[in-house]
Amino acid sequence: MADLNELTIREAHEGLKKKKFSSEELTKSCLGRIKERNKDLNAFVLVDEKMSLLEAKEADKKIAKAKDFSVLCGVPAGIKDIFNTKGVKTTCCSPGLKNFVPPYDATVIGKLKDKGMVMVGKTNLDEFACGGSTEHSCFGPTKNPYDLTRVSGGSSGGSAAAVADNMCIYSLGTDTGGSIRQPASLCGVYGMKVTYGRVSRSGVTAMASSLDTIGNFGKSVEDIAIVLKEIAGKDRRDLTTPDKEVPDYLKFLDKDIKGKVIALPKEYFGEGVEKETAEIVKNAVKKLEDKGAKIMEVSLPTTKYAVAAYYIIMPAELSANLERYDGVRYGKKTNKSVEDLVDFYFKTREEFFGDEIKRRIMIGTYVLSAGYYDAYYKKAQKVRTLIIEDFNKVFEKADVIIAPTSPFPAFKIGEFLDDPLAMYMADALTIPASIAGLPALNCPCGMSKSGLPIGLQVIAPQFEEGRAITFASALAD
Amino acid sequence: MIDEKQVRHIAKLARIDLTDAEVKKFTKQLSGVFGYMEVLNELDTKNVKETSQVTGLSNIMEKDKVEKGLLTREELLQATELPIESNQIRVLPAIK
Repeated sequence: MADLNELTIREAHEGLKKKKFSSEELTKSCLGRIKERNKDLNAFVLVDEKMSLLEAKEADKKIAKAKDFSVLCGVPAGIKDIFNTKGVKTTCCSPGLKNFVPPYDATVIGKLKDKGMVMVGKTNLDEFACGGSTEHSCFGPTKNPYDLTRVSGGSSGGSAAAVADNMCIYSLGTDTGGSIRQPASLCGVYGMKVTYGRVSRSGVTAMASSLDTIGNFGKSVEDIAIVLKEIAGKDRRDLTTPDKEVPDYLKFLDKDIKGKVIALPKEYFGEGVEKETAEIVKNAVKKLEDKGAKIMEVSLPTTKYAVAAYYIIMPAELSANLERYDGVRYGKKTNKSVEDLVDFYFKTREEFFGDEIKRRIMIGTYVLSAGYYDAYYKKAQKVRTLIIEDFNKVFEKADVIIAPTSPFPAFKIGEFLDDPLAMYMADALTIPASIAGLPALNCPCGMSKSGLPIGLQVIAPQFEEGRAITFASALAD
Repeated sequence: MIDEKQVRHIAKLARIDLTDAEVKKFTKQLSGVFGYMEVLNELDTKNVKETSQVTGLSNIMEKDKVEKGLLTREELLQATELPIESNQIRVLPAIK
């Protein structure tokens, strides 16, 4: 049998049920792996062994008593350090929140705790989830498990690397413009970005409120379905969650895809996308064709405008959300001498944020400022409409869209650090689905010649996460 | 294109102190970013409606009833690093 930390959720659950091992042993196995590897990978920014083992023992008590227990009970998870965890530091990897301890749990953390989750630690991210490489974390970058000189992707790079390297069984992340899918792709694991509104964001630090989503990373499609089922649903603390039934996502596994239509948008396989990446994705699609799916080439002509629209809408919303960090209500305040309250704000905010956040706040402030609002923000919101219409047209004819997740495999640490625009282009293939609020699931689908994972995304219509799961499971077996 | 004076003005609106070196760096980088955004002008959006949200939800109503809050006053006060003075009050610099 594999080492315990290498198990999937399902395998771990079966083992716990048959009393082959305890949650404490399973947790110790993950903690051991973290001890061995985290100094190289920097996937976790906080590990509290005592707390984790206490949670594991609690889970073992539940398991001993109950005949039937939750599939997540006693299973170790990594949590992106942007989810509020009561009594446990939640830093958003920002200099300003390094000592911030939230007094309550995010809704999804509460849900998972009720199911008996064991949290093995908080994972690394780009400050306030802004970036595609975790290089903008105040704790330094997370390295790619396949090549320590390369990035893990971002912003949920820590959560992706932790699952890929078997430091935990599953993990949680957030995806605003690709922050789950892209690191999942670069690290070779499954990563689900849900429909906007499917999962409550209450207690998760807001980045761009019309785009932010919560999702999960896993080693198998089934694990994605298991966790999604537990975290999805209406929450009165997040009013963007509709009162819509949460289906049993496990029922979408191993369904027949015969006669179903897969759209391949040509813009996702052309300019700016590495040839090898495009070929590996197309080869994977052939496998689905062999299973009876119909392939259709389509065009999403507004694809090339998505990055520009996104880098107006997102910073605008971000700059508004981050106004709350003024040294008064949360986290760090300046210790310099100040003239008055306004000076206190200026000096606090200068120390509070890293480079990339300052950059994005500046972009957002500019596009919302008098005289520029119509030219930038309003224009971008109109382009957003066109992008949504593009997707709607394709979904009239096709069941899902399949495309590469990232235009290229993991890049070198430092490669784009001084060129923000080049870094932003790394999100070119994940941003459009975010803008349209669509679910998309990253699936590992091969390796580059240089030994790096390549991923594809299955994009589905709103609230059709199950459909993405069906196609992902057809690809996996 | 954006110049240093504009960058200083934006920083003032955003309430962030910038060093001279930062102003220089951001001027160059933001010019690149805003230059790239020009691509949107290729699209005719005259008769297009804006999208500000994708859920279609609006006005979520609830019964008006008193509930216990999520947090206590003490818990809220723990969230900042401002000094505590007598009677659990956080003290800020004066507005001038």
